[in-house]
Amino acid sequence: MSAITTDRGNGAIEQFLLGARMFVPVAISVAAYGLVWGVLARQAGLSVGEVALMSGLVFAGASQFVALDLWTPGSLPVGAIVVSTAIINLRLALMTATLRPLVAHLPPWRAGLSMGLVADETWAMTMGEVAKGRGTLAYLLGSGALCYLAWLAATLCGRLLGSAIDDPSRYGLDFAFTATFLALLFGTWKGKTDLTPWIVAALAAIATAKLVPGNWHIIVGGLAGSFAGALAETIKARRDVG
Amino acid sequence: MSVESLVTILGMALVTFAIRAGGLLLANRLPQTGFIAAWLRHIPGAVLASLVAPAVIAGGPAEVIAAAATALAYLPTRNLFAAMAAGVGTVFLVRMLLGA
Repeated sequence: MSAITTDRGNGAIEQFLLGARMFVPVAISVAAYGLVWGVLARQAGLSVGEVALMSGLVFAGASQFVALDLWTPGSLPVGAIVVSTAIINLRLALMTATLRPLVAHLPPWRAGLSMGLVADETWAMTMGEVAKGRGTLAYLLGSGALCYLAWLAATLCGRLLGSAIDDPSRYGLDFAFTATFLALLFGTWKGKTDLTPWIVAALAAIATAKLVPGNWHIIVGGLAGSFAGALAETIKARRDVG
Repeated sequence: MSVESLVTILGMALVTFAIRAGGLLLANRLPQTGFIAAWLRHIPGAVLASLVAPAVIAGGPAEVIAAAATALAYLPTRNLFAAMAAGVGTVFLVRMLLGA
C-alpha cells in the first residue's frame, strides 16, 4: 500500500490513474451488484441492447433496480419509470453541489458534463481526497471511469449469462459500500464542529428511512445535518464576537 | 428495441444527467461566503452520515458489529481498503455465526 500512499503525482494522468486504482476494491462490489441487476433485467424482459443502453446512459444502480420493478414489455409505464428515476437520483444533485471547487476553472457546460460519472461511491471517494486537501477532477473521472466500466460490463455479463447468481449480501458485499462510506466519513473529520451535523444527519436519516420508502433519507439527512452544522457554526461565531 | 423502451431509457438518462449537472450548476450560483456557504461545506459529512446510519441501524447486530470493526480498522491505519475488508469480513462471519 505504501506505493499507493507515497506515489501521488500531481499531473492529471497520475490523478486519473490514482482515482481508478483506489476505486478497485469498491468496483468489485459494484460489479457484483451489476451481475445481479443483469440477471434480473433478463427476467424482466430487457434485451441486451436495452441493458447496454440503460447502463451506459443512465448509469445509476438504485434507479435501474426500481425501473426493472416497473418494466412491463409491451405497455411500459414510461412516465412512472422516468419520474421514479428522478426521485431516486435526486440525491446526486446534493453530491455534485459539493464538487464546485474541483471544476471552478472550467466553463459551466464542461463543468456540467464532467458530472456525468458521479455516483454515490465515486463522489464519496473523491470527497475523501478533498477532505485531505487533495482531490481533483481527474481523480473523480478516474474512479468514475472504472465504476462505469465495472457497471456496464457486469450488467451485460449478468444479462448474457443469465444463470442464477448468488446474492452479493451472502458474502457481505452489500456492506462494502457502508464500510467505505463510514471510513470516508471518519476521514472528513475536522473537529468538534462536525459532531452536530453528523448526529443530526444520522438521526434525521434513520427517522426518514423508517417512515418514507426510497432514497429520501439521504436527501433529508444531508440537508438537515448540514443546515444544523451551518447553524451551530453561525451561533458560535456570533458568541465569539459578542 | 421498441420505441417505447428507447423513449423510457432516454428519459431516464436525461433526468439523471440533468440532476447530476444541475446540482453543480445550482451550487455555482450560490454565495461563496456566509451561511449558505457554511451549509454547503457541511453537506459531504451529513450525506455520508445519512448513507451509513440507516444501513447500520436497520441492519441488526451483524451490521453494528461490522461498523465497529470498520472503525477499528480505519482509525489507526487510515487505510480505506483495510476498513472495507474488515467490514465485509466481519459482516460475513457474524451473519454466518448468527445464521442470518
